[in-house]
Amino acid sequence: MAHITIDGQIVPFEAGQTVMEAAMAAGVYIPHLCHHPDFTPHGSCRQCTVTLKNGWNITACTARAAEGQEISNNTEELNLVRKRLTQMLFVEGNHFCPACEKTGNCQLQGVAYHLNMMSNHYPQFYALRDVDATHPDILLDRNRCIFCNLCVRASHAEGKDVFAIAGRGINKHLVVNSESGKLIDSELTADDRAANICPTGALLVRGKAFQAPIGQRLYDHHDIDEITLGGRHGG
Amino acid sequence: MAAKLKLATTSLAGCFGCHMSFLDIDERIMQLVELVEFDRSPLTDIKNCSPCDIGLIEGGVCNADNVHVLREFRNNCKILVAVGACAINGGLPAMRNSIPLEDCLRESYVNCIGIENPQIPNDPELPLLLNQVHPIHEVVRIDYSLPGCPPSADVFWKFLTDLIEGHEPSLNYDLVYYD
Repeated sequence: MAHITIDGQIVPFEAGQTVMEAAMAAGVYIPHLCHHPDFTPHGSCRQCTVTLKNGWNITACTARAAEGQEISNNTEELNLVRKRLTQMLFVEGNHFCPACEKTGNCQLQGVAYHLNMMSNHYPQFYALRDVDATHPDILLDRNRCIFCNLCVRASHAEGKDVFAIAGRGINKHLVVNSESGKLIDSELTADDRAANICPTGALLVRGKAFQAPIGQRLYDHHDIDEITLGGRHGG
Repeated sequence: MAAKLKLATTSLAGCFGCHMSFLDIDERIMQLVELVEFDRSPLTDIKNCSPCDIGLIEGGVCNADNVHVLREFRNNCKILVAVGACAINGGLPAMRNSIPLEDCLRESYVNCIGIENPQIPNDPELPLLLNQVHPIHEVVRIDYSLPGCPPSADVFWKFLTDLIEGHEPSLNYDLVYYD
């Protein structure tokens, strides 16, 4: 069977598989936020950046595995890059974990814990972001959005196309496809995949917060690599 | 026996929760005072910082006095530590950053239900508020950060004993959390 190597470990792949798919199947964790096995790769969060032998960096979620590739993944250098990228996400949005319903089950936190992120490193943006609390069953807090595009992709797959990302730079934001621009007037319902896939606390189905006590939440004692390879995630 | 290390602590725009968590080291504080001498701190009531080895800062900066105290700590402490969510990213006080300062003051002191003699406090002894709350690393250089709201007593203990024993401080997975 064709194979690549990741940090020296032999990882078999089938024709057409991405590096991420081959790695996950072989039990090798590559950090990621915008990747989800059920949806088309987006390649935007750059967490899954890995290095080829020739020094090129590729995103494992979008690059197809090719025979004989020698890939570096869990290296000090790449993990520092990933930590810096994560810190950029933390300062770009308004991520106040102690006040967030998703805390303990948040993939952004999980990746940051995995990378032993102790501070935000960069100056905070304190971007002005709107909250949409119009929907009786779903809350949209744009302060916590990391633009992973997963809700956009999930809603598209459901044929509803409720979400899109608009604007650039500090004004970039998630928009809702309804006449008023509010969730209440959209087709989104609480059982939609799109309402439940958010890796952070930006999109939350109401009535589910704080169900697991501190100590029993997803990432309290288990590193995200273990959770992800076990087929679970915070989304 | 080597001279004791000197330790200073303060709370800026914080809730003193980090200090309370520090005190949760319980009886280990008896071991700690054998190894360190407390300088400026709410625990000693010493008002100004003298040259210290370690300074622990709880809270972000929300007013001019916070900036002044923070600079005093930086000028006097060899190692300055951001303790807790507010020191690291502004924390809950920074959730006012999306609201104009005047609106915050009006809501609290003028329009709030049940207010008698409504007026925005302007005594010259009150430190002026900053337009936004900021994490401390935007004002001075920070050597280490201890995340958590608050960091647990074990975080304080592990960090301080690492430093006192001359190790590079490190926290394992179970000691790092942001809430």
